Amino acid sequence: MKAIMISGRTLAQGAACESKMSPEFFRATSVCSVSEEDYESMGLSNGKNVLISNDFGRATLTANKDPGLPEGLVFIPMGPWANALIGPETGGCGTPHFKGVEVNIEATDALVLEIRELFRDMGRAKA
Amino acid sequence: MIQEDVLCSFCGCLCDDITVEVEADQIKRVRHACRLGASKIMGHERIKGPMIRRNGVLTDATYQEAYDRTAEILESARHPLLYGWASTVCEAQKIGILMAEEMGGVIDSTATVCHGPSIIGIEEKGLAGATLGQIKNRADLIIFWGCNPAEAHPRHTLRYSSNVCGRFTPDGRAGRKVIVVDVRETRTSKNADLFVRINPGEDYQVISALRMMLAGKGDLMPDMVGGIPKKALFDVVEMMKAAKFGVFFFGLGMTHSRGRYKNIDNALSLVNELNAHTKFIVMPMRGHYNVAGIGQCAAWETGFPMSIDFARGSAYFNPGETAGCDVLARGEVDAALVVAADPASNFPRRIVESLAKIPVVQIDPYENPTTLLADVVIPSAIAGIEAEGTAYRMDGLALRMKKLVSSTYPSDEEILKGILESVRLLKKRTEKAKEA
Repeated sequence: MKAIMISGRTLAQGAACESKMSPEFFRATSVCSVSEEDYESMGLSNGKNVLISNDFGRATLTANKDPGLPEGLVFIPMGPWANALIGPETGGCGTPHFKGVEVNIEATDALVLEIRELFRDMGRAKA
Repeated sequence: MIQEDVLCSFCGCLCDDITVEVEADQIKRVRHACRLGASKIMGHERIKGPMIRRNGVLTDATYQEAYDRTAEILESARHPLLYGWASTVCEAQKIGILMAEEMGGVIDSTATVCHGPSIIGIEEKGLAGATLGQIKNRADLIIFWGCNPAEAHPRHTLRYSSNVCGRFTPDGRAGRKVIVVDVRETRTSKNADLFVRINPGEDYQVISALRMMLAGKGDLMPDMVGGIPKKALFDVVEMMKAAKFGVFFFGLGMTHSRGRYKNIDNALSLVNELNAHTKFIVMPMRGHYNVAGIGQCAAWETGFPMSIDFARGSAYFNPGETAGCDVLARGEVDAALVVAADPASNFPRRIVESLAKIPVVQIDPYENPTTLLADVVIPSAIAGIEAEGTAYRMDGLALRMKKLVSSTYPSDEEILKGILESVRLLKKRTEKAKEA
């Protein structure tokens, strides 16, 4: 289904943001919150992950149900998983468009990549 | 030993009432801090020592070797990017600005992926401001627009805004009204008297509607704006006009959404116009504890608050062209010095791919994804815990941060001075070699 993605801070993300290679940061930021209605309609109740994609990239994330979200709006804590979906354009002010991003979202059995795996290709390219 | 009135070096609240218990030069306990501040002050696993990437692998080095390698990278670059600066003190930031000027590079701060649009909006319209102390003691209407202090600035409401008792606000939360405007319910919206859930990306329209109503032209408006019925927006305007001292706090919900700096520009105009009816001020909820400080330092040193390019020999400022994301996306920088920041995590991935193609030097206490891309890694003392210095709170108040415990790591300031010295020596040697 199509959705609008916003990224932002959470308590857990903030508490772990000085230890980004830790399991705490992974658990805090590799998660996508969706509304109760979308959670049910995508069949996420059986523990599936979500695959989110758009023209800029894709990310597999753990699914979370958030009753505070309206249908069609999904939230990902700020971090490298969310930023896989953000474009480089800065709208003439230097700041990328981190909120209100159009995405496709679907249930998946794929696993969420660990933080080192996200950067593995880039590291090798550099080396 | 008990250290009292310690400043917290996490967010822009810069809480100054933290108590830290130190035993044998180690922090044992933190009191009064929120979860974010306590986590930072208690600390995490550190980078053990300086490293230089050799044959694709980060290997141990001395600090001097790391400074010299950094100098080689920066000196051989035609247009380096010096990025970060929000989580260190002003004394380090000043050296960074000097380095950018000497090297003809770009210096930019994390503000450009945060409240950069706010600064641009403020430059266009001006800002009716106040200190957090004035707000605590006087404000009777608090608006949180596109921000979630309950998670990003957890003690803000308890120390400075909606829930604190002040001199002329003795009843605290009971004596104040709170409006939260957001696209989703948050922990902050649960504390609101009025929660206004707008459609994503329609902040500009909603603010314009409020301005129309304030100007007495509400009859010209459509029945719904931004997903909100006209009647609900009218209630917001009435609450604003009825306030004796209103505050419009805004966050990244405004700066990261469609409209970006124009949202801020419009909000500043709304607050200006509200001042024809009552006292109203506006304040960005700054994130990192000293992101306001790099804006201040850069402004007094160069005339501009961020995104400053010295390639022409003088300071040139044009976010959209000279911000860190812009110059990386267009491949216009050929080396990067990252200080107290993690662009590999916080930039869009396509821009991180550009960063991965150029030499990167990282100065930071902690390993993070930028370390994975770095050619030189220089671990530093944690400013505000292991090194003293000056930081600016979100309202522009300058505060002095103490050194709580000693450290075997040099401070950001010492590291930058060491690098600058190496750069100058290398420059001299290169010039002499050319003459010979």
